Amino acid sequence: MDPSVLSRTLQRRDFLRRSAGGIGMIALSDLLAAEGRTPLDPRPPHFPSTARNVIFLYMEGAPSQLDLFDPKPELTRWHGKPLPPSQAKDLKLAFIKPTATILASPRTFGSYGQSGAVFSDYLGEAWAPIADEICLVRSMHTDAFNHQPADFLLMAGHMLPGRPTMGSWVLYGLGSESKDLPGFVVLSTGKSNMSQAAQWSSGFLPSNYQGVMFRRKGDPVLYLSNPQGMNHDEQRADFDFVAALNREHHTQTGDVEVASRIASYEMAFRMQMSAPEMLDLSKESAGIRAMYGLDREPTRAYGTNCLLARRLVERGVRFVMVTHSSWDQHSELNKKLKENCDITAGPVAALIQDLKQRGLLESTLVVWGGEFGRTPLGQFRRPEELDYAGRDHHPNGFTMWLAGGGIRPGVTIGKTGDLGLAITEDPVHVNDLQATILHCLGLDHTRLTYRHMGRNFRLTDVRGEIVRKMLA
Amino acid sequence: MIDFLRDIKPVLASRCLICHGPSQQMNGLRLDRREDAMRGGYSGPVIRPGDSASSKLYALITKGIQAGDKRLVMPPSDPLASRETDLIRRWIDQGAAWPKEAEVHAKAPVRPLPWSFTPVRRPNMPALPGTGWVRNPIDAFIMAKLGSLHVDPSPEAAKTTLMRRVYLDLIGLPPTADQAATFLADQRADAYERLVDQLLQSPHYGEKWARQWLDLARYADSEGGIQDYVRPYAWRYRQWVIDALNQDMPFDQFTIEQMAGDLLPGSTPRQKIAAGFHRNTVTSREGGIDLEELRFAQLVDRTNTVGTTWLGLTIGCAQCHDHKYDPIRQSDYYRLLAFFQNALEVDIEAPLPGELGPYRRYIGEYRSQRRALLDQYDVAKLQPAWEDDMRYSGANPGKRTDLDAAYDRFCKQIDNGPKMLQKPSASRTQREQDTLSDYFVRNPGTAIGDKLKPMAEKLTALSAKYPPLSLIMSLAEDTRREPTFLRIRGNFKDTGIEVTPGAPEALRAPSANQLPDRLALARWLVSPENPLTARVAVNRMWQELFGRGLVSTSEDFGTQGEKPTHPELLDWLATEFVERGWSRKAICRLIVTSATYRQGSGLRPDLANRDPENALLARQSRLRLPAELIRDAALQASGLLLDTVGGESVRPPQPEGVTDLVYSFNWAESSGRSRYRRGIYVQTQRTALYPLLMNFDSPDRTVTCSRREVSNTPLQALNLMNDPVFTELAQALAARVLQEARGENDRIERAFRLCFSRSPGTTERDAALSYLERRRRMARANPKAVEQMPAADLEGVDQTEAVAWFGLSRALINADEFLTRE
Repeated sequence: MDPSVLSRTLQRRDFLRRSAGGIGMIALSDLLAAEGRTPLDPRPPHFPSTARNVIFLYMEGAPSQLDLFDPKPELTRWHGKPLPPSQAKDLKLAFIKPTATILASPRTFGSYGQSGAVFSDYLGEAWAPIADEICLVRSMHTDAFNHQPADFLLMAGHMLPGRPTMGSWVLYGLGSESKDLPGFVVLSTGKSNMSQAAQWSSGFLPSNYQGVMFRRKGDPVLYLSNPQGMNHDEQRADFDFVAALNREHHTQTGDVEVASRIASYEMAFRMQMSAPEMLDLSKESAGIRAMYGLDREPTRAYGTNCLLARRLVERGVRFVMVTHSSWDQHSELNKKLKENCDITAGPVAALIQDLKQRGLLESTLVVWGGEFGRTPLGQFRRPEELDYAGRDHHPNGFTMWLAGGGIRPGVTIGKTGDLGLAITEDPVHVNDLQATILHCLGLDHTRLTYRHMGRNFRLTDVRGEIVRKMLA
Repeated sequence: MIDFLRDIKPVLASRCLICHGPSQQMNGLRLDRREDAMRGGYSGPVIRPGDSASSKLYALITKGIQAGDKRLVMPPSDPLASRETDLIRRWIDQGAAWPKEAEVHAKAPVRPLPWSFTPVRRPNMPALPGTGWVRNPIDAFIMAKLGSLHVDPSPEAAKTTLMRRVYLDLIGLPPTADQAATFLADQRADAYERLVDQLLQSPHYGEKWARQWLDLARYADSEGGIQDYVRPYAWRYRQWVIDALNQDMPFDQFTIEQMAGDLLPGSTPRQKIAAGFHRNTVTSREGGIDLEELRFAQLVDRTNTVGTTWLGLTIGCAQCHDHKYDPIRQSDYYRLLAFFQNALEVDIEAPLPGELGPYRRYIGEYRSQRRALLDQYDVAKLQPAWEDDMRYSGANPGKRTDLDAAYDRFCKQIDNGPKMLQKPSASRTQREQDTLSDYFVRNPGTAIGDKLKPMAEKLTALSAKYPPLSLIMSLAEDTRREPTFLRIRGNFKDTGIEVTPGAPEALRAPSANQLPDRLALARWLVSPENPLTARVAVNRMWQELFGRGLVSTSEDFGTQGEKPTHPELLDWLATEFVERGWSRKAICRLIVTSATYRQGSGLRPDLANRDPENALLARQSRLRLPAELIRDAALQASGLLLDTVGGESVRPPQPEGVTDLVYSFNWAESSGRSRYRRGIYVQTQRTALYPLLMNFDSPDRTVTCSRREVSNTPLQALNLMNDPVFTELAQALAARVLQEARGENDRIERAFRLCFSRSPGTTERDAALSYLERRRRMARANPKAVEQMPAADLEGVDQTEAVAWFGLSRALINADEFLTRE
């Protein structure tokens, strides 16, 4: 390294150390480029971590915890009746009024594995093999009862738009092990996506940390393919010429920013090679393909994304979001819930088992869940039309689970009351979940900050307690 | 009997006044003066003389109160002894006597005001030993600091560099070949100044400078929220900004019209458009949202945006509590918010040029055909029953669950819908009546089912045939005045004390602080009494021209922001700005004609350690172009740019599926040449930003943004190398190079001039020559593929040649120098 560049870097480090605001006060990219590095280079965590990567299985729309994880026999007794006024008081719901009537769950529940994890019949068979790997949290709560704000709160720690999302924070904190794939990848299936790109936005963080959606149509990554007709060598020739021009310009200006542009063009070229290789599932064995359900409907699309998630993590991608966004069952709960479980349950189980058999589960934190839960109160067109009935949004007690990456396997945390309206034990706010996820990654959520608009921001905003019970 | 002086005062003084005394009044409570103590805090009175049981003060020091998810007992973590709480209980029960003379005197330092709250003073010019370098007063201030540190400024940039720089900085486009040739041939001593004057008169000046303002105004073409509906008339506000900049509208007027154009006496449609500044807030139509909460979120956004844009303060912190660092109290925040409390969102018919004549001719026909349709489908009979249902559901939520969802949807989809419903149909305006009928016909409810579907289609066709007048989005003051209440911890449901509109009290004495409405606030913002607006505004211009403001945190002039590197220069510019009639062009001219601006931007090894951030300004800065200007530069170099100024937003081609994610919207590519319009006109769809904007750090315009991040990512490389929009531009550039020059060397020369406004160096020329040779060899080896390449259809050009020059053009557009303002 050129000594003047080195001394400048050291001087800047000194500056960083001295400045109260810490990193972010000056352009990080500049600092890193000065050392011949990029903002995505791996960085050590704050303290030793138990997880290196995250796969967030985002069940967008809010799956019904009352019909999947949290059996409430009392609902049957109350079916068709309104809530007692004492419980209806202060209840605020999105679509229905607190005077609506209770809807019993027609599901049957069983205990699985040695740990006795409780799943309904929609999940039991598929998830029996992973019951002892997961930590069920039946006491999640959030602040918003509408999709978009709840979605922002879960993904970015705050109900308003404009904040960086979890994957971006993690990349900002740790960089990525992958040299030729984006560090934060989003895969998606399902009907409706509530917040679109805001779910993987880097917000006010530099766009180096933005999530990259691998699309199902056209180029998996925008503009990944060469222009029509151009082959690899021709593309290489053009990249080479750009690099030649930039090297000359680097000499003229002496600016490390030019060096950093040379590096990002090189990575783009590598990504053009490695992304198709990563996406090519033809070398996966028939057994693996069958395990993820790639050989049949309705699991093909979601199973593909789960398998890709494993392949991404194998290649050092830091944060993968696998979204399935069809869980908003305001109506036809039974039918649609079954459809969604049929689509996702098998591939999810395959993912956990596959990670485990490859020794990747230890270092990969898997999170499953939606932005809130669903009400014990039913949402009816006509009370007698039970097939049509659904449930409204419920922020005050829902279920998520975590596995791998330092999470305590085979436990169930938290309880909700007899009607599932409120949490009675171990409440876990979504900001607590975020603090815990960062903790597994070796990051202190109060120290992972970025200075913007005059103050230090963090993923957990002003809250967040690590949930020790979740940790192994 | 409790004696205040003996029993109470010592407790207050030792245990309460650190947080509730002269230096700090947390939650608005001050306990060292009788009058303040009796008035109470943000949530209202805390002492009810004679009744300790209902006095909040007593509750707070004994069992505590619920605050969010915590129980709060005062003082936090170290409660009063029971002897002390007992004294206070008895004191209150005995009437809370507080002798007038018994002010508690706590010794607490009064926090000094931040530097930016002090009045702007015209500084004296620094006395300099005669140097030839100084061109205008700006340079004197810069030189004074450089001289004191024994640092020399950098030499002036090369003429070609300076030319490209000032073109990009003033109009956001690199010079055309002719423009460049004209300037480079101009040997007059003041050629540069003449160029500056010419550029300041260019209609493209407004397009360039609008970008910065639109970031602050969080301008977008869509609403945000789940559906993210397009706002088809939002562009009229953008147009207003571009026009105002081009006319060099004085910044005070620019401020007043946007803050309160609708309140100006006899306000014109244009002034009402300006007030559309406040209509750029995100809105949500998600079913199930609480409209009260949404409205509160919008008021908060308006307040925060005004705080950042004009005051350069992060007042948003004070939504929930007194600002921790700056003298902005929570009550100040709600005093500002109060200016928006009674502002209604209104859409006003304001025909575009050429619209009114045809409209007048066909409106009769439209109305009669519409009436016939309504009659044919019996709407007059059906609609009242539906309205009854909606009103019933509104008044009796939860009674008829089959109607609740329909009513909720109606409220979200139709702005001010409930109000319209409440009016008897005879007293509705024509537009209100039409709005309701249109909605009813499209959403008649399950009872009617699909019966009206054909009619809905015919209605749509009818409006397409006879388009309604264009609208503008503005504000209007409600005649009913709702009071404004402070919200405890920023929670809209938790109301505290009532506040009246006014400026922050640290900037304006409470006694004089009666500002009745937005117009008064606007006038105060640009009055000499406010030290912030002029400083904040000139600093942003500096930021645009050097990449970094004299205050580098242009969004935060408070204690936590960076201090100005050249405080005197900042104040000199601020006073000069006001003296020159708030003319932005005048300040711009002053800056770009300074020797400081005209320096080279090459890095200074001698200053690498001393001044890595270029705060001393011993050189210019190299700035990566913002997303919009990258597009503009490529359009200009290729010759395809359609440079008409103003008008609706455009949708350039983008890969299929980018906006699939958006519920409500299809990205219908703009037809014809309009797809070659400048970046500023690209439709800003908040939830699915155009990829170029997203990849090159454009904000998503959900909240105000005072400066953009600059990143450098592989996705940017893919975007510029492979996006068909850019390969098309590279192809066009290749075509013109081949056409406009003959011979290898001349063509390379031409391509470099078009892209970088300079000739290639020897190394570059050699690299280009060998590159062309390499590409030709490849093309010859692979003739089939060549046919498919973007460049293959260049008329009258050998395909091998076309492909090689296409590649060269593509590489130049991707070069760092192309993307950088040197």
